[in-house]
Amino acid sequence: MAMLRRPAQAGTLESSDCLVSVAPSETRELDHRGAGATFFAGRTRGLVNDVLDSLGISGATVTIQDQGALEVTLRARLDTALERASREEDVACPRQ
Amino acid sequence: MSKAVVRSMLYIPGNNPGMIQQASVFGADSILLDLEDAVALSEKDAARHLVCGFLRTLDFGDMLVTVRVNGADTPFFAEDLRRVVPCRPDAIRLPKCSSPEDVRAAEALLAEIEAQNGMEPGTVKIHAMLETARGIAEAGTVATCSPRVTALTLGGQDLTADMGVEKTREGDELFVARSLVALAARAAGIDAFDTIWADVNDNEGLLEETRRVVGLGFTGKAAIHPGQISWIHRAFVPDAKKVAAAERIVEAAAAAEREGRGVVSVDGRMVDAPVVRRARHTLDMARLAELEVE
Repeated sequence: MAMLRRPAQAGTLESSDCLVSVAPSETRELDHRGAGATFFAGRTRGLVNDVLDSLGISGATVTIQDQGALEVTLRARLDTALERASREEDVACPRQ
Repeated sequence: MSKAVVRSMLYIPGNNPGMIQQASVFGADSILLDLEDAVALSEKDAARHLVCGFLRTLDFGDMLVTVRVNGADTPFFAEDLRRVVPCRPDAIRLPKCSSPEDVRAAEALLAEIEAQNGMEPGTVKIHAMLETARGIAEAGTVATCSPRVTALTLGGQDLTADMGVEKTREGDELFVARSLVALAARAAGIDAFDTIWADVNDNEGLLEETRRVVGLGFTGKAAIHPGQISWIHRAFVPDAKKVAAAERIVEAAAAAEREGRGVVSVDGRMVDAPVVRRARHTLDMARLAELEVE
């Protein structure tokens, strides 16, 4: 997965969760809002960069609406959003 | 507490991080991270990522951790196993298990995934969920078809739908199915977990039902709300008379063993090995209840 094909989202706005939106972009941009956005700014930026690096994605716009998510949740939502944005077909799940 | 004693299994929706991260504070003996019915079709991928993330990072303590994957008849099944198995849950709950072939097909895939990930063969066990009439009729063969099967679980909602009958508060329609599942599990020396109690506002009903299924031989019951856990555990607490009798039996058996006597009499009744085993189980249940009170 080295290319984002379309914008995609994952997660919710429920407590302890986060809503992650990603979109194709020439550069890396991160917009982190909500609970812990200031306190965990460094952690979140590091995590996003780690995930993008591991997937070989050089450019992406990542927006995180944080409702108090643990790091594990944030990572899972980011992985899901990136996977959805990279699929050839614009479907959230395989056809039945 | 040992993973050997699993009275309650709490269903936790696989796409709910708030509940998963609090799983260990609810007091359940076991949790069941659900990728199947509790997750919308459009969120299967998200739930899989979340469950795997938590399995890799969260310490669930002494709780038995199982994951209910989507059925083998769905496009999610194989990918669920490929992602979840390397995260080493204690067991996979296999829904709509209707024959030994269903278990063997899942087992083959589990073995392949374990080998690919350098895991010991048989690391991840199978809890076979019987929720079709055919599955219930095959309970005995399902229970014994693989050493990976360490529990049979009854799915009451789907089973009643499959049989075209209504699920009632009294549960008469499930009596035969429950008896067959408990008997098959006990004969195979594995656990038997009963279906959920759907009405979260009727805990007295839950207590009555759990007492009935414990009486049939079930070793545990599923919960769909943290508030149901203590009611399920209460059904396993033996009364004081039974505890006192069990203490006398275990003490007498220990004395007989020391003195080299095979058979012993307690309260005018002959006590043999099965009676001693049951007495020990009664004392284990009483100890667990005491621990929870403390």
